[in-house]
Amino acid sequence: MKLKDYLSPFYVWKRAFDKPFTTRKPLEDRPGAPRYRGFHQNDMEKCIGCGSCEVICQNAAIDLVPVDGIETTRKDSGLRPKIDYGRCCWCALCVDICTTGSLKMSNEYIWIDSDPEVFRFVPGASEKPWKNTEAGYSQHENYTLLNLDRIDMPMLTPEDSRKSFIETVKGYSKEEAMKEAQRCVECGLCVATCPAHMDIPDYIRAIRDDNLDEALRLLYDTNPMPATCGRICTHLCEDVCSIGVKGEPLAIRWLKRYIVDQIDDTRFKAILRDEFKPNGKKVAIIGAGPGGLSAAYYLVTAGYSVTIYEASDLAGGMIRYGVPEYRMPYDQLDQDINYIKELGVEIILNNRIGKDTLFSDLYNNYDALFFSTGLNDPYKMAIDGESLPGVFSGLQILDDVTKGIKPDIGKSVAVIGGGNVAMDAARTALRLGAESTLIYRRREEDMPADTEEIHEAHAEKVKFITQAIPLRIEKTANGKLKFIWNNAEMVAKEGAARPSPIAIEGDIQSLEVDAVISAIGQGADYSFLPPEYESKIKFKRGKVIINENCQTTVPKIFAGGDIANPTADAISAIADGHNAAKGIDKFLNKK
Amino acid sequence: MSDRSKFPPVIDGKAQFDLDSGKYIKVWQGPQHPGVTGNMALELIISGDEVIDLTTHVGYLHRGFEKLMERRRYIQCFPIVCRICVPEPDTNEYLLAAAAEELAGIEIPEKAKWLRTLTLELSRLASFLMWIGGQSGAFGMGTVAQWAIAQRDFILDLFEELSGGRVYHMYIVPGGVRDDLPSGWDKHLEDVLVKTEKMLKEIEIVMFNNVIFKMRAQNLGIITPDMVDKFGIVGPNARAAGLARDLRKDEPYLIYDKLDFQVITRDFSDAYNRTYLRWQEMWQSIGLIRQIMAGMPAGNDYHYNLPNVLNWKIPHGETYVKAESTRGEYGFYMVSDGSGYPRRVYVRGPSYTHAMALLPHLAVNVNIADMAGLMVSLHTYPPEIER
Repeated sequence: MKLKDYLSPFYVWKRAFDKPFTTRKPLEDRPGAPRYRGFHQNDMEKCIGCGSCEVICQNAAIDLVPVDGIETTRKDSGLRPKIDYGRCCWCALCVDICTTGSLKMSNEYIWIDSDPEVFRFVPGASEKPWKNTEAGYSQHENYTLLNLDRIDMPMLTPEDSRKSFIETVKGYSKEEAMKEAQRCVECGLCVATCPAHMDIPDYIRAIRDDNLDEALRLLYDTNPMPATCGRICTHLCEDVCSIGVKGEPLAIRWLKRYIVDQIDDTRFKAILRDEFKPNGKKVAIIGAGPGGLSAAYYLVTAGYSVTIYEASDLAGGMIRYGVPEYRMPYDQLDQDINYIKELGVEIILNNRIGKDTLFSDLYNNYDALFFSTGLNDPYKMAIDGESLPGVFSGLQILDDVTKGIKPDIGKSVAVIGGGNVAMDAARTALRLGAESTLIYRRREEDMPADTEEIHEAHAEKVKFITQAIPLRIEKTANGKLKFIWNNAEMVAKEGAARPSPIAIEGDIQSLEVDAVISAIGQGADYSFLPPEYESKIKFKRGKVIINENCQTTVPKIFAGGDIANPTADAISAIADGHNAAKGIDKFLNKK
Repeated sequence: MSDRSKFPPVIDGKAQFDLDSGKYIKVWQGPQHPGVTGNMALELIISGDEVIDLTTHVGYLHRGFEKLMERRRYIQCFPIVCRICVPEPDTNEYLLAAAAEELAGIEIPEKAKWLRTLTLELSRLASFLMWIGGQSGAFGMGTVAQWAIAQRDFILDLFEELSGGRVYHMYIVPGGVRDDLPSGWDKHLEDVLVKTEKMLKEIEIVMFNNVIFKMRAQNLGIITPDMVDKFGIVGPNARAAGLARDLRKDEPYLIYDKLDFQVITRDFSDAYNRTYLRWQEMWQSIGLIRQIMAGMPAGNDYHYNLPNVLNWKIPHGETYVKAESTRGEYGFYMVSDGSGYPRRVYVRGPSYTHAMALLPHLAVNVNIADMAGLMVSLHTYPPEIER
């Protein structure tokens, strides 16, 4: 040992004169860093209660609970996360996974209370000192645990698609479908929103697990027309998908189509194991559209003998005659119908009730009746020149094309309307070799048609003229039609949900075309109902009033579909068919 | 060496004694004891004030992390693993992420590798600071312990700014890291590095030139090169014995092959030299951190967008990934079975062999007052022994 070794320990005394590291008042605020993972904050308005935070929390520290003042809506479960700080490990995975970005953490970390219960709390629900603190851990760009981008759907190019009736959407491959299915967080908002309450997260999980047989069973639990709905469903589910808040919603409709596309329909019976014992009771159904077919499926699988009366020469209703083939190929619709027929449902075609068969006969010969006859009576524009030759209804054009009749629309058409029928008619006209111009009263964002339809119509070069109030149609000297409209401005009215178009005085425009196609909506045709029944069944604004079992005011008569529900789409009709089947079963077994 | 004729004979490193003879006392050091680096117990048989036999006991700190992970999705494991080792959690975070990424076939962005290396070196520095506090404290030099622990807190401040957490950073996530460097962080880092350098110089003066430390640490717990493989000795304990073994150099991971450094060795592994070597490695870490900051790639691509982590499945496979921690080779063995949950995760903490096999061997004939110093000089962390 050297002398230095004896002296050097005393060097520590030098530090005695340094400023101390420790703080003199440890309880004084020392704010956490800007990224600090402190107590949670939740933007109650932004949060949709999807529950992803609850699922990812590896400590089970989060529960979704109802909160005063938060209502359950289509896009909001009405629940909010409650955090148990006895379990939380401050990892912030809940913040990372949050589908809306509403959940974050403040940089506050001191909270003293003698009551242990308070440390289980719903962030955002009660006033806390850190409720509005800006600093703290939150989501940021370049780092996400979700997959926000949709897997692109292979489609025909607009240049190709407008030339033929070949299906535009090609469908997912297995790899694509599995990747798309991966994006689901299983929040279940879609299930609550779907009119048929299809078990969407579960069939998406079955796709992920590559268990398509199970997926098909889940589809048929609530929807016996999956090939149809996989193509033309209005997919309300996708509107509420929690992934859609920050990114693109899951392609739920196309995933459904993927399941059916992958399975050979000859295997359906073996997979679905639809076994039933006839119970000797008979039910008649009027209309072989989605509502009637759905009711037939659930009735026949419950043991009823089912007969469907259909006025047209093929089953399918509006799906067949109102949706063009490039959206809904007929063989796919046939696949859905054939399976229902295979189970023993009898479909009598070309039989119009009221003409070929009397309604009263059905009423007297069957144990129960269900009618779902749809909206097939086009509204009139109520303008001059509407009855001129060359003026068609959208439904007429679509119906003709389905039947193989080429309507005489010439080289240019004006389609009036902004709904799906208008889009279908405009795009069908393109395929028949005409230039299409779409004319609508309101703005494009007000159009009731599906966004994809509008988008595809644009891509296929359908011309759009909006805020145009139809005035009259005139015949020109060269044999063409002149469609005349008044340009309008949108005026917000007090108490009205949306602004109305008001004509701008003197701003009159016109367009010369070969044909005018009116597609401004359609109403129901109840001419098949004899007066004695029509007087007993109650209606409201042209729609049949039904209860939760789809029962009309005449106990033995059930109704559903577009004539009864406000949404008037295929999936609602299918849901009505299912409900009616359950209602009929309840009604007949009670007797 | 003192006269050892009155102590029982030692055959094959094992003292021959009869406890019933009344000549020996059994003393428990731990599981709650400031001289034990965590919760484990040393069952000492002493003769006078010398240890003649040692049995180690663990089981006080078992949290079942490996089993817990079998019931958690891959992403949910990452907040767990950091808790395996308190002073240096980032190695666990890195290895879990690396194992999952390897099995899933994911290549993380370049910048994520640099940021991961940065945090690994920073946590190495923090871990060594905590350890040198323990080492000096075990020999009664509490002042140095306080300096070092305070200095570690400055590094925890840096981690807080970077990751939002002081002790458990949860920064390295499968797929990359969770965030970029905050603005102004590089300056804070440099400040802390300069302060640390100043403190390291002071530690050199008061510790390595300290007669008490020299007398007690020199020739304490000698590890000869031939013991290294026999006892599974890794890290600084082995390097002090002259074996240039360092995974950062031998099997470079992340960006260690792009950094300029040499493996530090010494030629005699006693408590003094091991302490000195670790002190040198702290300087090395500071140098590496500066190199990483200088070479840090631009851009903000630091995370690979994993498949939705709630449904993330990893194909069937198994892997063993390893990294050089402050204690030596740290490893994760992971088996995946194609589901969303790991089938098995096994954590290899280097302290296992050091504390369970090597320590009882080295403890024989050590003065009881030096036991704590001996144990800390092996740098053992009981939490990684039993997870």
